[in-house]
Parts: sequence; C-alpha cells; structure tokens
Amino acid sequence: MSALAGRLKDNRVAVFPTLMLVVFFLIPFLIMFAVSFFSRDEGAFFAPAFEFSNYARFMSPFFFKVLMTSIGLSAAAAVLAVSIAVPFTYFVTRMDSRAQSIILVFLLSVLSLSEVIIGFAWSTLLSQTAGIGNLFAALGIIETSRSFTPSLGALLLGLCYLGFPYAVLVIYPALSRLDPELPEAARMLGASPVRSFFNVIVPMMRNTITGALILVFVFTLGAYLLPQVLGRPQHWTLSVHITDQAIFQSNLPFAAAMAIFLMMVSLALVGLSTLLGQKRT
Amino acid sequence: MTQVRIENATKMYGNFAAVSDVSVDIPDGSFVCLLGPSGCGKTTLLRLVAGLEDLSDGALIVGGENYGDIPAHKREFGMVFQSLALFPHLTVAENIAYPLKIRGTSASKRRARATELLELIKLPGIEDRYVHQLSGGQRQRVAIARGLAIDPKVFLLDEPLSALDANLREHMQIELRQLQKNLGVTTIVVTHDQREAMSMADVVIVMEAGKVQQVGTPMEIYRNPANAFVANFIGVSNLIEGQLVDRETFDVGGASIRLTPDDILHIDPSSPATLSVRPEDVVVSNDPETGQLRGEVLFVRDLGASVEILVQVGDMEITSVCTPKRRPDVEVGDRVGVEVLTGRATVLAQ
Repeated sequence: MSALAGRLKDNRVAVFPTLMLVVFFLIPFLIMFAVSFFSRDEGAFFAPAFEFSNYARFMSPFFFKVLMTSIGLSAAAAVLAVSIAVPFTYFVTRMDSRAQSIILVFLLSVLSLSEVIIGFAWSTLLSQTAGIGNLFAALGIIETSRSFTPSLGALLLGLCYLGFPYAVLVIYPALSRLDPELPEAARMLGASPVRSFFNVIVPMMRNTITGALILVFVFTLGAYLLPQVLGRPQHWTLSVHITDQAIFQSNLPFAAAMAIFLMMVSLALVGLSTLLGQKRT
Repeated sequence: MTQVRIENATKMYGNFAAVSDVSVDIPDGSFVCLLGPSGCGKTTLLRLVAGLEDLSDGALIVGGENYGDIPAHKREFGMVFQSLALFPHLTVAENIAYPLKIRGTSASKRRARATELLELIKLPGIEDRYVHQLSGGQRQRVAIARGLAIDPKVFLLDEPLSALDANLREHMQIELRQLQKNLGVTTIVVTHDQREAMSMADVVIVMEAGKVQQVGTPMEIYRNPANAFVANFIGVSNLIEGQLVDRETFDVGGASIRLTPDDILHIDPSSPATLSVRPEDVVVSNDPETGQLRGEVLFVRDLGASVEILVQVGDMEITSVCTPKRRPDVEVGDRVGVEVLTGRATVLAQ
C-alpha cells in the first residue's frame, strides 16, 4: 500500500496531463474508433456492430484519389510555406530587435484570422470583379480581368497563407539562436551570401525545418473550408469528404473510419520524416 | 606583396563612431596585434579589413589595390572568429577544405590539403571527426587550419584564444607565432590581453574610443608609452603627477626626481606633467630617508616569483615590484623610502 502511495507521489506531476489527455482525447478517440466499426442506420445514424465495411468502402479508387489529393495538397503547401518562411525568417533575424518584434506581433495577429476570413478574403482578392485581375489588366499583364478562383493555385495560395505564420514561429527561435559568425565564416572562406545560406544555414536548421514541414502539413491536412471556397470539387480534401459524410449524408460510421485512416496516414508520415531527420544528423 | 594600408578609416553607427579616422601601415609578413579594452573599436577595425563591415569613410589598400569595394567572399583572406564558427554538420577535413570546395578543387586534392594542414597544426589523423568530438584546444587549431587552407593574402583573428584556459592560451600564443613566422603570412590579431599582444606581435596597435593611441613594437610601447592610457593599459604603470621644471628635474610636491638623457619627454619643461614609471623601476627601502619620496606601506602581495609592494605617497598609490631576494624587510603600516629609478621613465602631458 505504502509502495503504491510512494509511486503515486513520485508521479504526481503526471496526473494532470494524463487526466486531460484521457478525458479530452483518448475517450473521444475510442468512441470514434468504435463507431468506425458500427453499421449505418438510416433512422438513428448508426447501430452498434462490428464490421469492416466502412474501411472496405474506403479502399475504392475514388477515396484513394481523395486521400492522395489531400496528402499532396498539404505536402505541397508545407514545402511552399516553409521554403518561403526560411529565407523570410533569416532576414527577420538579421534586423534590429525592435523591427523583429513588430514583425512577429504582426504575424501573431495574422494567426488570429480564422480559416473562414482567410478563405473569403482570398476568394474576393482573386475574383474577376473585385480582385487583382483588375490590377493585372490595368498594368497590361493580362488583356481583361479574369477570375483566378476556384483553382488549384488559389487553393495552394490559401493553404500557404494559413501555414506560413506557423512555419515562421517554429523557425524563428532556432534561427535567432544561430551564431551569426557561422554565415560570416562561410563568407570569409569564399562563399557568396546565397551559397553560405544553403551551405551553412539550411543544413544546420535541418531538424527545425523538418519540424516546420510536419507542423504545416498536419495543420493544412485538417483544412476544411479553403478547399470548398478556393478549390474545385476535384480538389476537395478528405476533411471535406469526412464532413460531407458525417453531416450531409448522416453516415457517421464511414466518416469515423475515414477520420481514423487520415490520422493513421498522417501519423505514419510524421513518424517517417522524424526518422529521416534524425538519421542524417 | 600583401602590405595592408588603412587610410583614414571611419565606421559610423548612426552618430557613434566605432572607428574614427584610423590610419595604419601593416608591413608584408608582419604579425600585428590590435590591442585595447572592449568597445574600443578593435574588432570593428578587423571586420572592416575583412569586408564584413563597410567603411563609412577612408580606404583599405591591400597589396597596392583598393579593397574597399571587394566583397568579403572575394578577398581571399583567412579569418578565425571569436566563436571559431566551425561548421558542426561537417567533419574536420570537410571544415578545413570547405574554402577549397567552393573554389572547385577536386575531392582528392581537398583531402590531401586537409591532411597536410592537420600535420602543420600537429593534429594528424582527426580528419573524420566532428567538431563536437574535439577539445577546445583542438577546435582552436582546426579553426586556424581552416583559415589558412587557401594560403590567404591576409590572416585575421578575432580574440582567437579567449576561450582557452590560461596555460593552453600561453602555449597557443607561442605556436601561433611560430606558425605565422614559418608561413610568412601578414597577420592581424585582435586581443584585449596585453600579455598576449606582447608575446606574439611584431607591431602592437593600441586603440581606445575608436582611435589609435599608439603604434609600435611591444618594447617601444612598454618603455615609451605615448600617453597615460597606453602607460596604464600596457602592464601596470605608476603615474606620478607633478611639474617638469627643466630637462633634468621633475618636481613632485617639493621632492625632486632627477631625470637622465635616457628618459623620454613628451612635453616641454615648466608645465604640469605625469611621470610614468614601471613598478620594476621603483625600489622600496625600510630606511625612510632613502630615495626621493616617503610613504607608508599599504599592502604586500607575495606572488612567489615576485613581490609587489603598494605604497601610499601623499595622495598617490605607487606600486613597486621586486624579486624575493631583493625584498625589503617591510610590513603593512611601515614608513618607507621610495626611490624612483630614472633612465627608463617617460614624462607625459597631464
């Protein structure tokens, strides 16, 4: 008894986080996991059962394509957002500290914009009547104003915009801690500024860059509104289809099965990239 | 061939002049130390030579060519940074050969050069180690080897030994000096340690507040400081305030010190002046009637190899250093006589 009390005492710091995870994550997840094996009931959403039909249905070419679209879109958005965020953050860390804090505060305020606002703002900006098409036409880049949305490009732009501040906030601390003499040393040894960036900064930031890629990837994987506002139906992500099944088709077991699958795939990808990141350093 | 001339170099940060109107000539193949307290502009001056900072005004002439507009990566200089700035993601050989890789040298030649340089710095066989597997002293040498890999026109070092402990630092000073002599590369070292400057340099440039205070050999600067700042910064110096009566007499509150033709006068007679005397030229005697000055012993610091005696004379504190054999029989509080040996003293403006 006293041994048990002693162990409880040793681990008491773990009680609160464990409780939170169990109540708010594990139990809901287990419910969803159970529902994914249930059968669909037209009248009452679902009936308890144990069948694999939901997972079997998912193995169709259509949903495989949807899954690949989701992963491809998020991966492309992650790569784009991080490729812009690394040089951007590098230049920010070279500014004086006052300018740095202004830029960071500005970025944090961008985070307060919801997917809804970002989605509709871009949809307006890219529209034919009120968008940048008019500007391009006025500048003579295109003949007459046209709409740039819905399209794959518009969707990627929106996802990047959503992920970019997160990428910067992940990269910033590591980059600002980087010894400024390292790129200077590369320059003294004969590397041009661009070369010293790719030879020194990028390799040293490998783990941080991997982390930022994972974060933006996972974050945009859950994007639900942007694909509908800025993309065409063929760009709809798995999240859109999950919502469609759960709310509009009232097929919760199938929606649950898709959600579980999406989670497994993203976990596997995150695990893989972490492993690759560790091996090389 | 690679003589470095700095002409009226000025570097402004807003209204603050980090380096102000500095002109120095650095002869080919010489070892120069930029010496001064922190914030005196010595590192900024080095970075101006490196091309890591742009001159606000003035010129930099290297080997007869104007280098003011040549970017850092095209100057073909070698540099060792205070943090060493070795690349943690590369091996020792890759670090050393990095400048050769940029210049398109083949892999086998790069490897050969790295091996050759590692032998030069007496660390053979560590080609494939990573920087985190090296000791502080080894990292130091690898950074030096990397800076020398391209046979640089000018070799720049920013406080290169400051991270090492005292024993290793003194050892590295000797090694660095020997290495530089063998290679004959024009070398500029920034340091705040006057002992380091004295043990390595052909020429010491003393800086303070962005300006050059004195340029000279270590002995010139030690024996003949140009002003009170230099006298104090280069080792301990006794600065005795008084009046220069004529070329042979220095008056200190009634007592007079006879000067010899060997003492160096920086000002004209009959003006207020400061006499700079090194502690080894001050002799304390337990007979209060010996010597020109009288005082009271404040502190005796016995360092084993030498003995320091601090004496209060009027409102001045005068330090005397002697060998244990010549130590006078004095205790704290004793009335003593202080003899100022002239012939190696300097009279400075007040």
